[in-house]
Amino acid sequence: MTRTVVEAKKLSLTFQTNDGPVHALSNIDLTINQGDFVSFIGPSGCGKTTLLRVIADLEQPTDGSITVNDVSPHEARLNRSYGYVFQAAALYPWRTIAKNVALPLEIMGLSREEQEARISRNLELVNLGGFEKKYPWQLSGGMQQRASIARALAVEPDLLLMDEPFGALDEIVRDHLNEQLLQLWAKTNKTVVFVTHSIPEAVFLSTKIVVLCPRPGRIYDVIESNLPRDRSLDVRETPEFLKIAHRVREGLKAGHSYED
Amino acid sequence: MSSMTASRSRFDTAAILAGLVIVCVGLSLATMAFAGDRYVFNTPNLGIPFGFLAILGVRYSLGFAHNRAGDIALGVVCAVSGWFLIRAAHQFAGDAAFGFWALVCALWFSFWLFVDRLAAWRLSDPSAARVVNLLIPLLFGATLLLLWELIVTGAGVPKVLLPAPSEIWVRLVGSVPTLWADFQQTFVKAVLIGYAVGCGSAFITAILVDRSPFLRRGLLPIGNFVSALPIIGVAPIMVMWFGFDWPSKAAVVIIMTFFPMLVNTVSGLAASDAMQRDLMRTYASSYWQTLFKLRLPMAMPFIFNALKINSTLALIGAIVAEFFGTPIVGMGFRISTEVGRMNVDMVWAEIAVAALAGSLFYGLVAMIERAVTFWHPSMRR
Repeated sequence: MTRTVVEAKKLSLTFQTNDGPVHALSNIDLTINQGDFVSFIGPSGCGKTTLLRVIADLEQPTDGSITVNDVSPHEARLNRSYGYVFQAAALYPWRTIAKNVALPLEIMGLSREEQEARISRNLELVNLGGFEKKYPWQLSGGMQQRASIARALAVEPDLLLMDEPFGALDEIVRDHLNEQLLQLWAKTNKTVVFVTHSIPEAVFLSTKIVVLCPRPGRIYDVIESNLPRDRSLDVRETPEFLKIAHRVREGLKAGHSYED
Repeated sequence: MSSMTASRSRFDTAAILAGLVIVCVGLSLATMAFAGDRYVFNTPNLGIPFGFLAILGVRYSLGFAHNRAGDIALGVVCAVSGWFLIRAAHQFAGDAAFGFWALVCALWFSFWLFVDRLAAWRLSDPSAARVVNLLIPLLFGATLLLLWELIVTGAGVPKVLLPAPSEIWVRLVGSVPTLWADFQQTFVKAVLIGYAVGCGSAFITAILVDRSPFLRRGLLPIGNFVSALPIIGVAPIMVMWFGFDWPSKAAVVIIMTFFPMLVNTVSGLAASDAMQRDLMRTYASSYWQTLFKLRLPMAMPFIFNALKINSTLALIGAIVAEFFGTPIVGMGFRISTEVGRMNVDMVWAEIAVAALAGSLFYGLVAMIERAVTFWHPSMRR
């Protein structure tokens, strides 16, 4: 029996704005198990990032319940039980790459030896060994994003939350990083929750694809992928892949009303 | 070789300047140099620079010796010519006529030519390049001083209106003990102490203001109000409160420096973006950890802006405050009393000391800024 990492029941979140309430999330029921790679996909404004932020305790739900590692998201955050990768690398320009990775470790109060060990291990993991002493602005966008992934991994969480981490990168770099991410996930058996608006990316990476639709933000479809866990970029040419991609596309089309 | 690239712009500056030198030298030959029928050729102090400048102008318009040795020779010729022109000006002070001014113009163009040539030097050795980069503004300043000396002496400008740099220098060297005492009283005590207390307390206040919305609403408008008070009105009150000695001047400096530092630090603390703050939240970072690891580093460019603005404000504040009552020492006191006694050269000596001290202070703050905010896009190299 696999362990449940995230469980949401009838979760809703309404923002009060000057133009009246905005229903960002409505009646979300979702279970994410240990070792899953779950993608949230949907058009902009469907609440996929908001849902991720609720899991991370960066937004508070207005209704329903949610647990992360069997406790509230707030406690999970204080336990540092997840690593969060943002849309941009958000590296601190006054710190070297190594020091940026060290940032969460300093806050956690780890010993210097432990910090050193985790920095070199995680920079190796994202293929950034040898760039420790560089400053973020001396690196390319793809390398910066890899450094920010190393920073999230250095916390050594079982749960990795990623909010369109490769959205700003070009397709070649994105493919490469997708492959690396998949290898990383296979190696470490972490649970990954991944927000994206790219269908190939979602299908290629995920074991489970959650299709969301807007106004109000809700789950339209949940697709369990039957692709092998150990996959390469070539899998994108197979009929199974195309079948899943087709179902995702149909879901996005049906959930998105173009009238308004 | 590399200095040959100097004149590859649309206008050949060097050739134009050399032409102007020749024209000016020619004019000086044709007209009277000093009142009383003195021409270039019956005034030895003018004949030598005339000859030098003429050779120089012709050499450059013919395109001869366009190399570093030639440029250095040019610099030496300029310096020697300047020296003889100053001697001539002092010899016939106040009698200068058209011929003399033509030679002054020739000298000015030659200096311009020299600096222009120097600026085009491409040096591979970085330390030598740094020396040359430092030399160019110094030479520029020296040229201005030289022209000031020649014009004031040649035209016989009254000392009360504008003394020559040489007179200011003589006064400065002759009154070092007085100037040093004034410097200590005004700069070391009033400015530095007032600056440190003003900026320091504003920094702490900014952190408190940032922490509490109540203080933000209450203190910021009051700070704004205080900074709008005219220093001319505040200074005498401070003298009444804190006495004649330096504490009242330091109080004026505190009032002047407090608000720029407060406002800049408060906006600096708000400079981090939402994503960076969210990042700290995901690490369950405490208030102080976020302050020291994210918000203060992010605020440093703002804080150093305030520190630089304040470095000059503090000096102005301290000097002006001394106009409203001091013991018989201090830069502001000296300026106000020596003006009354028509000792304008002493006033200028104090101004020179103040300008030098203020520039060095500013430069020091800017140097620290460069070391601390090396990561900021405006500082990256």
